[in-house]
Amino acid sequence: MQIIEVRDILEAEVLCCDEILTNEVNNAFSSDLMSDVLAFVNGKTLLLTGLVNCQVIRTAEMADLNVIVFVRGKSPDKNVIEMAKQGNIILLTTRDTLYTASGKLYSKGLKGINI
Amino acid sequence: MSAIKYTFQIEKDDFSRAGEASSSIKKILMQVGSEPSLTRRVAIATYEAEMNIVIHSDGGTISVMIDPKCVMVLAKDNGPGIENIELAMKEGYSTATDRIREMGFGAGMGLSNMKKCSDEFSIESKIGEGTTIMMNMCVKEGE
Repeated sequence: MQIIEVRDILEAEVLCCDEILTNEVNNAFSSDLMSDVLAFVNGKTLLLTGLVNCQVIRTAEMADLNVIVFVRGKSPDKNVIEMAKQGNIILLTTRDTLYTASGKLYSKGLKGINI
Repeated sequence: MSAIKYTFQIEKDDFSRAGEASSSIKKILMQVGSEPSLTRRVAIATYEAEMNIVIHSDGGTISVMIDPKCVMVLAKDNGPGIENIELAMKEGYSTATDRIREMGFGAGMGLSNMKKCSDEFSIESKIGEGTTIMMNMCVKEGE
């Protein structure tokens, strides 16, 4: 699924890197536990999370993830967004909860990963 | 390419900079053209080690020795040491505080994640002295 579709499905706001919204993701993973992200997630996976600190960006960088959706209307501060920009990591924010956002994407065909 | 060595200083409780050493290591590996799957394993393992040093220790260092096929990581801290290594290795076991958990860490997956990423893994710890973790990761056949 293209990130631009994710944006439309979740009526999300793009916080960073809107020039690469045509990039694709194959799966999604929803978690607030960064060690679980590091343990289970591979590249081309979308991360949905309620955490907005700089460790989320670091986690994405280490695990080769290139898009993060912040749920429940959360938005990180400027230096976190700047860090994502440097790593070409797309950031979106939606007013949906983690459950609702995950359900909307799943119902449109974006499946979870196998662990 | 002959083996190259880098050492990074990791400060206790410095959460704003936590991950910078791992980020630098990943960039170095990408620059020297390391195989992507190996690069990813090293990045994840060093990041978990770095977070552990920031969260649990009195500070320490992470060293990497890079040669064309393998990367060795040495994470060494200055204490306080782990009382029960077997328990610490258990998935889900953690002594992290609520503050750490609110940052998305302290789920008790760090050491097992490091082991999972490594081809060789060893951990030694002495109360009052510190903990040393050695990880060796090599390109797998077919990569």
